[in-house]
Amino acid sequence: MAVLEQILKNGEQPILKVVDLHTSFTTDNGEVQAVNGLSFNLNPGTTLGIVGESGSGKSVTAYSIMRILESNGHVTQGKILFNGEDISKYSEKQMADFRGNKISIIFQDPMTSLNPVYTVGNQIVEAITLHQQVGREEAKAEAIEMLKQVGINDAERRFRQYPHELSGGMRQRVMIAMALVSKPSILIADEPTTALDVTIQAQILELMQELQKKYHMAIIIVTHDLGVIAQMADEIVVMYGGRICERGTAEDIFYNPCHEYTKGLLKSIPNVDNMKEKLIPIEGSPINLLNLPKGCAFCARCSKAMKICLEQVPPELRMPDGHLASCWINVRDNNYIVDEEAAA
Amino acid sequence: MSEANKSEYLVEVKNLKQYFPVRTGFMKTVPLKAVDDVSFAIRPGETLGLVGESGCGKTTVGRTLLHLYKPTGGEIYFEGKQVTEKNIGEFRKDMQMVFQDPYSSLDPRMTVEDIIGEPLDVHKLYSTKEERHQKVIELMNLVGLNAEHATRYVHEFSGGQRQRIGIARALAVNPKFIVCDEAVSALDVSIQAQVINMFEELQEKLGVAYLFIAHDLLVVHHISDRIAVMYLGRMVEMADADELNENPIHPYTLSLLSAVPVPDPKTAKASQRIILEGDVPSPLNMPSGCAFRTRCRYATEQCAKECPALTDRGNGHMVACWNR
Ligand SMILES: Nc1ncnc2c1ncn2[C@@H]1O[C@H](COP(=O)(O)OP(=O)(O)O)[C@@H](O)[C@H]1O
Ligand SMILES: Nc1ncnc2c1ncn2[C@@H]1O[C@H](COP(=O)(O)OP(=O)(O)O)[C@@H](O)[C@H]1O
Ligand code: SF4
Ligand SMILES: [Mg+2]
Ligand SMILES: [Mg+2]
Repeated sequence: MAVLEQILKNGEQPILKVVDLHTSFTTDNGEVQAVNGLSFNLNPGTTLGIVGESGSGKSVTAYSIMRILESNGHVTQGKILFNGEDISKYSEKQMADFRGNKISIIFQDPMTSLNPVYTVGNQIVEAITLHQQVGREEAKAEAIEMLKQVGINDAERRFRQYPHELSGGMRQRVMIAMALVSKPSILIADEPTTALDVTIQAQILELMQELQKKYHMAIIIVTHDLGVIAQMADEIVVMYGGRICERGTAEDIFYNPCHEYTKGLLKSIPNVDNMKEKLIPIEGSPINLLNLPKGCAFCARCSKAMKICLEQVPPELRMPDGHLASCWINVRDNNYIVDEEAAA
Repeated sequence: MSEANKSEYLVEVKNLKQYFPVRTGFMKTVPLKAVDDVSFAIRPGETLGLVGESGCGKTTVGRTLLHLYKPTGGEIYFEGKQVTEKNIGEFRKDMQMVFQDPYSSLDPRMTVEDIIGEPLDVHKLYSTKEERHQKVIELMNLVGLNAEHATRYVHEFSGGQRQRIGIARALAVNPKFIVCDEAVSALDVSIQAQVINMFEELQEKLGVAYLFIAHDLLVVHHISDRIAVMYLGRMVEMADADELNENPIHPYTLSLLSAVPVPDPKTAKASQRIILEGDVPSPLNMPSGCAFRTRCRYATEQCAKECPALTDRGNGHMVACWNR
């Protein structure tokens, strides 16, 4: 939080700006509109959390930034600005150099990044020599140092082991080591602890926070877990049906939610203060992306939906506390401030 | 039931053991102690939560309790009567199980009506086709499924709806006890709340008791009356749900609870976590004495020598630890 406040004071520029991102997939059943007009900023050295239920477009957002979508997927609109430069205009070759160098990604399943037939040491050395002009011996020393950095004891021995010889938590550490060899300024973590037990999750989250401080790295953490988001994120983007519901600081989102979906989500989870009460679920079933509603993506499940919600996509409005929410209720209640910057 | 074996408990498990033979080489097997000396009891209409990290033996407890695996040792009682391999048939109807992955446990070629109706067939719980149909519709309504969808197939339903189908099927035979094994774990939070509420409402309405197995400690706390914590096949602590969360005693429970990220930024960022070092040891290479001692900051010499027994620290708060 402190970092974020400083940035806001210094007027430092966001390291990453995603503007009006649209991504869809061509399928036999039609065009799946996975991400529809998403915008957010990521500030240097801070953590942005993207939260939403499964299928809401969190991973697709991350893969769009990295340009690693499956072959039937395409970014159809929008800008992705890295330090002001639109990387969506980059050639494949420029992008390949950019990936792993300036931005790295880690996944829920480390085996997506690790090759089972090579030792972990070999793979880290490979990642190092891909981006740096160093000899093999030097790369090896650096790899072992990196393993130590991610909290792996007896790094020399682990260096020679194969991925299957490591526990799930250890593999996640190796993947983080590989992602960080070029000291990227942004790390994207897609559900990095979802497959792990809670005590191992605590280890990995702590490690990410430690490395963030050490390397002054910005993190985008993608997760469906509101607890993980609360612990990690300085700022939060809430997604539903490929659209943004609201974005703001963690405190804004948790203590002053202004979108009906976020409000519903927070009431539906067991928390320290509602153990004796009935949970309040969000009724209905998840959305069909092949057939997006004309208006608000959440309107079919929203208990407060009005006529306008069915007909028009709600604009992103600035709330009195400064955060942004896309929900017509705020217009009805006149709960927003006019602000030129958001309109621009 | 005679006076002598009447019990305040619906289900009682005493010193349950489940050792799986695991091959470690040619002609060589060693016992994997998946469940070792686990005891607990559940009252009618009560929910006992069972937590612990993956591989600690939760599923095995549930399956062995239902005699889906033959116990290696220990005793199981239902309404005061011992359940054995021979007489398990008598109890099948009263003790049911709901699984995590509703998709793999439901036959994709059967309609929802037949999936829910199958246990009715097995236990001959109707006399006419019409009665069967009526019962299925009733069950679908009970779990909040649209009865018009009775002729549809499982793949046409969402995850939350499939879980409801699995539960309707378990409820078809009017059980008194259901083992819920990670029954809400695969669901999205907004849907999870629907299913948790349904479990709670069914309990109020039907008085059914649950053994509720899950790894999400906040969910377990919400639904359970009491909670048992397992580590490497053994039970290390058991207490009233609030008591366990407010006053955990076992070093493992302490770190488990402190590792839970609470969905509240101020609390989550302020809390001092007890980060456990390393991983859970292999169950094939169990530490001597207390299995937790290799990761425990309270461990002393005695912990390596002897396994601590569960002892009552007052009001049924049971803990197995030498030093706490
Ligand atoms: N290759 C693909 N082809 C078609 N649809 C896809 C593809 N990849 C993702 N999608 C769809 O895009 C939507 C968003 O997916 P995703 O971003 O993975 O969600 P999540 O928020 O769970 O990470 C989902 O409905 C998913 O089915
Ligand atoms: N059928 C089996 N044969 C051999 N080992 C098993 C079997 N089922 C479970 N195990 C082992 O028993 C231990 C407990 O497993 P399980 O009960 O599934 O744990 P949990 O449900 O807590 O994750 C694990 O080490 C697991 O590998
Ligand atoms: S018995 Fe010893 S090792 Fe086990 S939890 Fe207690 S103090 Fe730790
Ligand atoms: Mg995803
Ligand atoms: Mg299990």
